[in-house]
Amino acid sequence: MSPGAPPSTPAWRARALLAVAIAAALLLPLVLEHLGASFYVSFAGRVLVYAIAATSLNLVLGYGGMVSFGHAAFVGLGAYVTGVMVSEGWLNGYLHVAMTLGVCGVAAALIGAISLRTRGVYFIMITLAFAQMLFYLANSIKGYGGDEGLTIRARSAFGLGLDLKHATAFYYTALAVLAASVYALARFVPSRLGRAVLAIRDDEQRAEALGFATFRLRLVVFAVAGMLGGIAGLLAVNQQGYVSPNLLHWTQSGTLMVMCILGGVATLWGGLAGAAALLLLQEVLAAYTGHWEFWTGWVLLAVVLFARNGLGGVLQRVLASR
Amino acid sequence: MPTLLIVEQLLNGLQFGLMLFLLAAGLTLVFGVMDMINLAHGSLYMVGAFLAAWLVAKTGSFVWGVLGAIGLTAAFGMLLETTLLRTLYARDHLSQVLATFALILILNDGVKMVFGNDLPLSAPDALAGPVQLLPGLSYPAYRLLILGVGLLLALAMYLLVARTRLGALVRAGASNRVMTEAMGINVRRLFTVVFGIGAGLCAVAGALLGPLLAVQVGMGENILILAFVVIVIGGIGSIRGALVGAVLVGCVDTLGRTLLQQAFREFLPPQWASAAGPAIASIAVYVFMAVVLAVRPQGLFPARA
Repeated sequence: MSPGAPPSTPAWRARALLAVAIAAALLLPLVLEHLGASFYVSFAGRVLVYAIAATSLNLVLGYGGMVSFGHAAFVGLGAYVTGVMVSEGWLNGYLHVAMTLGVCGVAAALIGAISLRTRGVYFIMITLAFAQMLFYLANSIKGYGGDEGLTIRARSAFGLGLDLKHATAFYYTALAVLAASVYALARFVPSRLGRAVLAIRDDEQRAEALGFATFRLRLVVFAVAGMLGGIAGLLAVNQQGYVSPNLLHWTQSGTLMVMCILGGVATLWGGLAGAAALLLLQEVLAAYTGHWEFWTGWVLLAVVLFARNGLGGVLQRVLASR
Repeated sequence: MPTLLIVEQLLNGLQFGLMLFLLAAGLTLVFGVMDMINLAHGSLYMVGAFLAAWLVAKTGSFVWGVLGAIGLTAAFGMLLETTLLRTLYARDHLSQVLATFALILILNDGVKMVFGNDLPLSAPDALAGPVQLLPGLSYPAYRLLILGVGLLLALAMYLLVARTRLGALVRAGASNRVMTEAMGINVRRLFTVVFGIGAGLCAVAGALLGPLLAVQVGMGENILILAFVVIVIGGIGSIRGALVGAVLVGCVDTLGRTLLQQAFREFLPPQWASAAGPAIASIAVYVFMAVVLAVRPQGLFPARA
């Protein structure tokens, strides 16, 4: 697992693959509508939302080396910020984005500042504890739905004729956010800051001895990932028109973690690959059996036992073997 | 506030805490000795509860049903340990999370396939009524049974860990596994046994709490997190820590839900109390854990020197 290493494949092959992938992603809604399967446009939008959330977790988990078991809290927080603002009649989407970034950034910075004092298993558990607090808080705010959740009638308004209620418009919006996140991540990893973060992950003591402000750098990564998670939440509530405490439940954090591991920890496309693989698997299994969880579990077990670096690892090996 | 109410709530807290201890005991040993995160521990609690409900209905006897469920769950736990979990000990925490999360999915749906979404399980008729403890304080007999069984098992676990050869080996494994192995102890085989005991204790908790809560798919998920809170507060790998942590968590949770809310109602304006009361009560346990970790990052009774 060395994400900083140069790819062993010829650069042109990777570029060609990327170009094909982007073209496919851009054409997907048109093809689906042409095939009369427009239901799958909103499914693809859901994959993208989960991909953004999983990518933000991958930043903490994979690149930062911090095993956070409470990432769904930030996704849920972002969804609630937008949900509450819409139900209070504030529809300006730019305001939603700013508020989500602010609230999630501050929350992640506070939670990170306390959690990062602990290590290993204790870090896993304390991030989980904070997420549980937010989960129960969301359950108890009766004014905004309580445990029944909050339905919003309008969507974030961004002007420019963009209506997020429309599945195709939503798809392209989410695609743009995901592309921007992955691009930022690709620029971040080889940057000076990114290399410092990787050094801290690999050997914290040595990084500290070299003069890096390890605590502050980790905190920044944690907070930025929380903000991006919040944006995923903003998108989620806009897609479904609904937010409930279930979005913050610990099994959601677990699902995001599973997506990261499935797609490949500390790989650029790991979040997208994992989200797409898991949701597609569920969709296909659900079409054939009512017990899709059962078979999903077996597939995940097989991945743990036989594909150690997730799908991203398998893909890398396939690309490198030629 | 009436003293009797406080006594009753303390008894409830102690009873819930003892059941949490039964879950936490197995979890803390797996965590402490093998450094393994087992998210599927809550599923063993669910499996135990379902087996108990099924066997009680089959045999018509609460006692035999519960005992059978304990045996079967322990056997199932040992099977799980030898076939799957054992291969995960050497892997990193992420792989363990993924694998045991997968196990939750499999066991949830597997139980649903075999038994359906829920099973009825009620307390034995003989224990249905209340018992007069003090003048003016009557307490459900079934809850007293839970208290008694919990205390008995806690004592048994203490004696097992503190006084027997098996316990000495477990303690040695928790404080330094590699050294214990170097001394010629087969920690792996020891661990299959420990895992079986942990699974059996899960079944006890599931079967006894079944009539009070509900025997349904997914029942293990929320209580699992509380069990994790318990072992983090108590110190990972320590049975004594698990007992103290469990009783503390049980009392904080129960008292938070009742007395704290009542205190809020008395001292705050009603609209504040009704909004803040439930919120504070449900997060009290997690705030408590954050405070403990801030003061003692290794928990109250760290097992590792």
